[in-house]
Amino acid sequence: MSPRVDLRRLVLAIGAPVLAIIFASLVTALVLVAAGDPVWSTVTTLWDYGSQPRTIALTLNQGTTYYLSALAVAIGFRMNLFNIGVDGQYRAAAFAAAAIGGAVSLPKPLHLLLIVAVAVAVGAMWASIAAVLKVTRGVSEVISTIMLNAIATALIAYLLRKVKVDVAGSNNIGTKPLPESGHFPGIPLIPGSTLDVYGFLVVAVLAGIAYSVLLGRTRFGFDLRATGRSQSAAVASGVDVKRMVIVSMLLSGAIAGLVGMPQLLGSSYSYSLDFPAGLGFTGIAIALVGRNNAVGMVFAALLFSFLDVSSVILDINDISKEIVLIMQGTIVLSVVVVYELVRRYGIAAEQRRVSRELTRTPASEPEGARA
Amino acid sequence: MSTSSASSTADPSRVDDTGMAVELRGITKRFPGVVANKDVNIAVRRGRVHAIVGENGAGKSTLMNTLYGMQRPDEGTIMIEGKEVAFHSPSDAIAAGIGMVHQHFMLADNLTVLENVVLGSEPSRGGFLDFGRARSRIQEISDTYGLDVRPDVRVEDLGVGDRQRVEILKVLYRGARILILDEPTAVLVPQEVEELFDNLRELTGEGLTVLFISHKLDEVLSVADEITVIRRGTTVDTVLPADVTARQLAQLMVGSELPTPETRESTVTDTVELTVEGFTMHNLEGRAVLDDVSFDIRRGQVLGIAGVEGNGQAELVEAIMGMRALSSGTLRLADRDLSSWRTRERREAGIAYIPEDRHRHGMLLDAPLWENRVLGHQTQPPNVKGPWIDKAGARRDTQRIIEQYDVRTPGVDVLASSLSGGNQQKLIVGREMSGEPRVLIASHPTRGVDVGAQAAIWEHIRQARRDGLAVLLISADLDELIGLSDSIKVILRGRFVADVDPSDVTPEQLGSAMTGAGEKA
Repeated sequence: MSPRVDLRRLVLAIGAPVLAIIFASLVTALVLVAAGDPVWSTVTTLWDYGSQPRTIALTLNQGTTYYLSALAVAIGFRMNLFNIGVDGQYRAAAFAAAAIGGAVSLPKPLHLLLIVAVAVAVGAMWASIAAVLKVTRGVSEVISTIMLNAIATALIAYLLRKVKVDVAGSNNIGTKPLPESGHFPGIPLIPGSTLDVYGFLVVAVLAGIAYSVLLGRTRFGFDLRATGRSQSAAVASGVDVKRMVIVSMLLSGAIAGLVGMPQLLGSSYSYSLDFPAGLGFTGIAIALVGRNNAVGMVFAALLFSFLDVSSVILDINDISKEIVLIMQGTIVLSVVVVYELVRRYGIAAEQRRVSRELTRTPASEPEGARA
Repeated sequence: MSTSSASSTADPSRVDDTGMAVELRGITKRFPGVVANKDVNIAVRRGRVHAIVGENGAGKSTLMNTLYGMQRPDEGTIMIEGKEVAFHSPSDAIAAGIGMVHQHFMLADNLTVLENVVLGSEPSRGGFLDFGRARSRIQEISDTYGLDVRPDVRVEDLGVGDRQRVEILKVLYRGARILILDEPTAVLVPQEVEELFDNLRELTGEGLTVLFISHKLDEVLSVADEITVIRRGTTVDTVLPADVTARQLAQLMVGSELPTPETRESTVTDTVELTVEGFTMHNLEGRAVLDDVSFDIRRGQVLGIAGVEGNGQAELVEAIMGMRALSSGTLRLADRDLSSWRTRERREAGIAYIPEDRHRHGMLLDAPLWENRVLGHQTQPPNVKGPWIDKAGARRDTQRIIEQYDVRTPGVDVLASSLSGGNQQKLIVGREMSGEPRVLIASHPTRGVDVGAQAAIWEHIRQARRDGLAVLLISADLDELIGLSDSIKVILRGRFVADVDPSDVTPEQLGSAMTGAGEKA
């Protein structure tokens, strides 16, 4: 009976997001109709542009960044810890890594290693502030990480002025560009595209595998998931919850430190005022849609990045590209609702199935009561 | 107790319908895999204290939740004051004049009595709070029923008995004519219990009806006008207190098929396994919830702790497991000092733990059974290999527990939440008895399980005791406590107040020792 159970769960697991996306598409279509835009040609325009080799490369690049951000958020989510601060953590990390990476000169692998190590360390450190506040003072990590985002913004702006180099031909300022030894080589993955895919894609894939193994197969992952499911039961089972909060927050921050790396090491080579912001929040949405699952988040990251990258074409065709924001928002909302409904349905269905299978066995009889 | 002079048991069907405040007819409530209430029939006369007694897990709470509109019955009818009703929520029940006084008080400490009482139905005049009118109504209710509640005192300054009267007044303020009191004496000391009973008599004297839920027989016999006994989800009889003794009532509650948990021969050895020395713990208000508690448990010994719930048992257990910090005290396992060890280290050293609240402390409800086998033993074989979870090993061992402990489940992959409470409990007991523990801390190990499974769990504990297991047993089931324990200590307000020899005590004597009333035959 075990394979049948798994099949049932698989159908629910895949059916739920598909259902949510269909629903979100319908809502988006309604908005388009209401605004007087052609639905079908919007879809075909998006698809035509999105399936060009160069756009695919762009989608993969953006998706790499999104995926890392989602991983960072998901580690916290799995133990009911809401790290809203991935945004501040990755920006602080990318800034520090860019500043230090631009200031030193080392042979290639060492230089890259140093930059990534700085990013990971700074991301973890920034997250640790919230962790320490939580375990020593009981400060909600939601509040502290949101505030730390704002502090990171101000701190980076302040420090950027200290280390600034003017970007030629604009008012922009940035850190000193990384020398060649600090560039992560791209991969010519997409035939027909002159644009290479970020080499950091490989790191993102490895991080995804590590996340999946760590949570699913190790004692540490079991403790983390147990804490997320029931903190009181975890405590009774011998989990040191304070230690878990610190360790998982550090891990989350460390991965957040990687979020800015594809951009920094693969295309911009410096941290300037126009370094992408807000990726941490996209990561929250993707972790929700991908159900904190390593594979699910791959699809969610690619979907969001496809919509973001392809939407550029809509403006040219006189359709407001913000329509994809509406779609993304609707996906997240419907996903949250549908997942909860499916979860409840799944539990109730299993309870019914269990009691049905048990009443079929002659030996069993219902118990008098339940506590 | 002035009841009608009926001489035999009062069969509800024989009583005529006039003057009935509440009638439940054929109430049945099923949960997945479990029938919690089956064909329940109760008739409660107006102006009486009607007690509903039954063991823990007999279905009393489910029944009251049904009457209070928190659950809808699958079958049967509810009649209030002769009219059939269908409650969709507690507010329907409140509108029909039913009020519930919960076992755990729901009062805001930093507000006054007046503010607590009006909370949620604040009186207003022209958009402003009208405390004056509320104050006079509270005073009026308090005077009518002799509740002696002062409206302007802060709740944090009140004792437990006073708080309970505030809860009662709150319910009366909302117009309740029928009061449900769920285990109201569990948190009271004997003098407070007497005061509560006086209050209840005042209430019924003024025409109100009281439904009194309890499993304490001597209390029920002293306060109730009529008693309905529930056993395994169904009503077995309704009797008048004048017609029964506590012993007969106990017989009705447990039924004749109850296997006795008697321990046959003593297996107590001379080797001390667990030593608790001077355990003292203070709560946030600085009151001692454990006060210099000390005892030894030897290999092969079962030490029972008897006490009314909330007298420090939970704190004692959680302190032994390292889940709560002590103010002072030492814990030793054989000759090792465990006082500063973490929960996990204590478990690894061989202390097994059956928690009182299996949902809060014993299980991950939305995880499969095999992961629940790992829980609490995350560092021990067969669940792990080094830093890795050994899924195959854990699954195999879960299957072993399922077979040995008769856990009724289609497999090891179903979620724990799909099992009935009794089967969850059997899994927990099986898990904790795995890996040859040296000490077992068992809080209510057979709570909510059926009679057959109860006997099986007792046999497992006895077997392990023969092999040298030291057991600390805490149970509200006095027969279980007397039958399994080699010695019993009575705990009251965080202190041991008496030692009892289980071979020479009845549940009734033990019951009165627990309330601090001393020995009375």
